[in-house]
Formats: sequence, C-alpha cells, structure tokens
Amino acid sequence: MNTALENGIETLKDQIDARVVSYLSSCVQCGICAEACHFYTSTKDPRYTPINKVEPLRKVWVQTHTFWGKLATSLGLRKPMSEGDLANWEELAYDGCTVCSRCSMVCPMGIDIAYMIRKVKEGLAAAGFVPKELQEAGKRALEFGSPMGLTAKSLHSAVTEQENEYGYKIPVDVEGADYLCLLSSNEVVSYPEFIGSLAKIFSQAKVSWTLSSEYFEATNSGVQMGNSKIAAELSGRVLAVAEKLKVKSVISPECGHAYTTIRWDAPNFLQRKLPFSVVHVTELLDQLREQGRIKIKQRFSDRVTYHDPCNISRRGGVINQPRNLISMIAADFKEMDDHGNMNWCCGGGGGVSANERADGLRQKAFNIKARQIRKTHADNIITSCSVCRMTLEEGLENKEMTQNVLGITEFIAMHME
Amino acid sequence: MFEQFVNGLLWQISVVVFVGGIAMRIFAILRHGRRKDLAEARGSAFAGAVWTNFSRFKMKSEIAEKVRFQTVSGYMFHLGLFALLFFAAPHIDFIKERILGFGWPAMPNWLFVISTQMAILGLLLLLLQRLMNPVTRLLSRPGNYISIGLLFLVLFSGILVYFQRGSGSAYIHLFTMELLMLYFPFSNLMHAFLFVSSRAYTGALYGVRGMKV
Repeated sequence: MNTALENGIETLKDQIDARVVSYLSSCVQCGICAEACHFYTSTKDPRYTPINKVEPLRKVWVQTHTFWGKLATSLGLRKPMSEGDLANWEELAYDGCTVCSRCSMVCPMGIDIAYMIRKVKEGLAAAGFVPKELQEAGKRALEFGSPMGLTAKSLHSAVTEQENEYGYKIPVDVEGADYLCLLSSNEVVSYPEFIGSLAKIFSQAKVSWTLSSEYFEATNSGVQMGNSKIAAELSGRVLAVAEKLKVKSVISPECGHAYTTIRWDAPNFLQRKLPFSVVHVTELLDQLREQGRIKIKQRFSDRVTYHDPCNISRRGGVINQPRNLISMIAADFKEMDDHGNMNWCCGGGGGVSANERADGLRQKAFNIKARQIRKTHADNIITSCSVCRMTLEEGLENKEMTQNVLGITEFIAMHME
Repeated sequence: MFEQFVNGLLWQISVVVFVGGIAMRIFAILRHGRRKDLAEARGSAFAGAVWTNFSRFKMKSEIAEKVRFQTVSGYMFHLGLFALLFFAAPHIDFIKERILGFGWPAMPNWLFVISTQMAILGLLLLLLQRLMNPVTRLLSRPGNYISIGLLFLVLFSGILVYFQRGSGSAYIHLFTMELLMLYFPFSNLMHAFLFVSSRAYTGALYGVRGMKV
C-alpha cells in the first residue's frame, strides 16, 4: 500500500466518531436522500445519491468497527480499499456535492449526511485526491492569506476605489473598533461595491467598524478542500487579527461557507472559545433595522425574490434576517417554492464553482434553481453570498435569462436615504 | 428434539445475543463520547435533539410527494409489525410467561388481521422498491435482503400459526424469531434503536444553531 493511500485510510479512520458510528449504524439505505439532492435530481444518476458519497468512510467503518467486516477482513474475504476507490469518489465528493445539507434535512433516521461527506473529503484530501484548483487555492491561502492570491495592496486599491465611488470613508486597521469586517477575495475582486455599500450603511447607522489589511480573508480553503489543519491555520489568522485590533465582534461578509466556518466551526478547529462574537452581515443589518438606524428613501416596487445561501440559512440558521431586510424595501417580495432551510442550492458552494471539471454538472444542477426563479416571475434576485451571486449570474446568462442579481448589502445601500 | 432446542437452549442463546449485542452496539457509540461544541450557542442542544426525534416521523412537505411510496410502505410495515409484536394476544402471553411476568390487553382479532396484512404488504412493497428503484438497488447490501428475508419468514410463519397449519408451526415461528434475534445486533436492523441517537446528534447540532430541523 502506498503512503498516500495509507494516509487517506488512516485519516478516514480518525474521522470515525460517535456521530459517524450512530449514523452509519442506523442507515437503512432507503435512498430518500437522493430526492433532496440537486445533483441526483437533475441527472437521475444514482451515484449522486448523498449517502453513496459517504461510501469510502462506510467501507473503513465496516472493516474496522463491525462484526461482519472484521470477520471478512480476518478471513481475507474483503477487498481492501484501493487508490481507484478513492479516485472514483473524488468526483462524487468534490464535483457532485456542494455540502449544502439538504439531504440532512430529509433523512428519516436523522442522519447528517453532509457532516459525513465533509469527513470523506478529509480522507480524500489526505490521499491527495482533491481537484487541482482547490489545492492551488489552499496553497495561495496559506502563502498570501487569500485563495486568489490577493495582497494588502489589492485591498487598499479596492478601498480607495469604493471611497471615491460612494463618498464614505472606509476605515482600515482601526484598533478598538466595535466590528472587524472580513471580506472574501471574490468580493474584493468581483463585487467591491459590497465594501462601499457597507461604508454607506455603517456611516449612516453610526457603526464603529474596520477592515484589516493584515488579514481580511473570510473564506477558508481548508474547509473546501477537506483539510482540517489548513482550516485551523486560517481560522487562527482571523482570531489573531481580531485580537490584535481588539474588536468586540467579527462580521462575516456575504459568503456562505465563511459564515459557517467562522461562526460555528472555528472554535472547534481551534479548540477554544472565541473572545469575540461572530455575526453574519445580515444579522447585524437586521439589528440596525430593528433599532431604526437604517432609513429607506423609498420602497422598491419591482418584484424581488431571495436565494438562500445554504451555509447561511440551512447550515447557519440565518433565515429571517435577510427576509426582514428585503421586506423593509421591497413592496413585492415573492418567495421561491422551496426556501429557507429547504432551499435548493445554486450548485456553486463547497468549492464546486472553483472546480472547472465540474462545470457541466453544475450547469445541469442549476436547472432546478432556474425553474424556481422563473416560477416567481421576479426581475430581481437578492442573495447574501458572493459565490451564490456569481453562480446565479453565470447560470442565468447560460440560460439567457435576464434577471438582475444583487447582494443584499448593496440592495439596502441603493435604497437608503 | 427440534421443539426442545427451539424452546430451550436456542431461546436462551438468542436472548443473550440479542440483549448483549444491542448493548454492545450502543456502548460502541457512547464510548466515543461527544466533543463539546465550543461555538457560542444560539439555542439549546437538548431541545434540538428532542425536537428532531419527533419531527422526523413526518416527511418534509418539499419532498413528500416524491417519496410517498417509500413513506407509505414504510409506515405500513412498521406500524403493522409494532402492533403485532406488542398487542397480539399470543405475543402478550409469551412476553408475560417468558419475560416480564405481566401482560396487558390485546388488540381485537380484526385489528390483528389488518396489522398482519399491513406488515406483510408493507414489507413486500419495500422489497419491491429496493429492487426496482436504481438508487436503492445501488445502495442495497446483502444485509438489507437478509433482514427482509428474515422478517418475511417471521411474519409468514406467524400466519401459519394463526391458521394452525401443522402441529409444529408455533415452534417454526419461534425458530424464525430466534434467527432474527441472533442476526439483529449485527445488522442495520439496529436502526430500530439507533434512530434515536442519530436524530439526537443532528438535532443537537442544529439546536445549538437555534434551528429546529
């Protein structure tokens, strides 16, 4: 057995905890999870059944934890895991799963399938079976602090541009501010208006905040790759810069997995409680709305719908806040048929949008979202994740659909006094 | 000879393996412990665990239509089996004499017949689904079919007892039940107990995040 394969198997063994044992022991292979998965539903390929993506972990569990598995292994009747097995599952776990957790919502046994797929990725990553784009993003994140290789210079340039465009001062490296706002590299490059919009809202609502030029990245390539060591290292950098700037809270920007990682996973990666609170930007904006600190110029009359980013709503529990904010502005807010914690994923999360090999499959999976959007007859789609926004824009363009896609922060800023 | 064996030694072995095996499987989960979630909680893990244990009895409306066949056959089988196991007069007598020393009122004969029909039909429909649906065909392991086979034998031999076909039918029924008990702890039939812990783990995770799923 070669070292990479051995690493993969050992890592999979390490992933087996009480939850995994309970989950694998109670699965009855009913296949109901398939009907919740956008990759299965759009292709009808049974390989994309969520629980099937857990197969490498199940194999290791059977071999090391079950009566029949141990018996068969000791008699030499069980075929050992091969590199081919892991290679086959690389495509299923990285291309055919956004770890959106919709499957975890419907399992009659209550199995959190996404939790186990995340663990399968740990094993695949340890054996080197990770799409090259994610590997490279991980390297850049460790070297430059940004998966896109951005530096402080790129941030300063976006800040200057947004100060000029919006006419509000954007604080950088201010010690003792109440809030440190993280950014995703995608926002800095593709949607810098998020920064200008935030400056406008925070200036009017009198929020004490800052950006950090030392470390601004909210995304975590370790999570997307399935490498807990990298995930912990990058989470530690957020912790260090927040402590250095002595902020009370950290704002997770419009990025799904960034929110789940910083809010829910980082303390567990770092094995310590965070000395600051973490809020998603929509949570803070909704607090400001409640306190009457956001003044709207006039209501927006065109029909608007909202796309729930899976990591923010289903996995993160931030469901009502964006709806409160949109309803404050939009006179005609129409929900998609399945929304909230049963929304359909856009297909871009979990690193899939960065994985070129998955493009065709992602476009197929987007058919569900396109159908949902068409059904609302909305001209404007609001979301609160820049990866979702990019995936929606690209998907709509491919389908020659003309809806306008906006980030929620920008939408609010546009309609403020 | 066969009757003596089934009624004596095999019964004793079956009980030990069944109870001991289940206890070991549950211990195998508990010994791993549960890592404390260090994220600042937005809600209660316990409340989430309790909620999910009940909420998952009902299929989410968003996919209910797509999985109606499995849901209906699953409920037919499980409800029928539960009623037969705990409320059929002969079973209550058996439990009273052999296990607990006390009994409870039995269901009427007409309900007994309906429960049997529901359990058998539900099981056959689940088997049909497993064989016909490409997803379940891909996922199914030999263990799934062994479980279905054993359950069918238990139900079928039970019907033979009901109609008194052959003098040894009660012993055949007991024998098939013992085979099922011997197999139970080493199979995914353990879901009958472990659905509670699986739902609890997931419910607790989401409960901490202030969600009810």
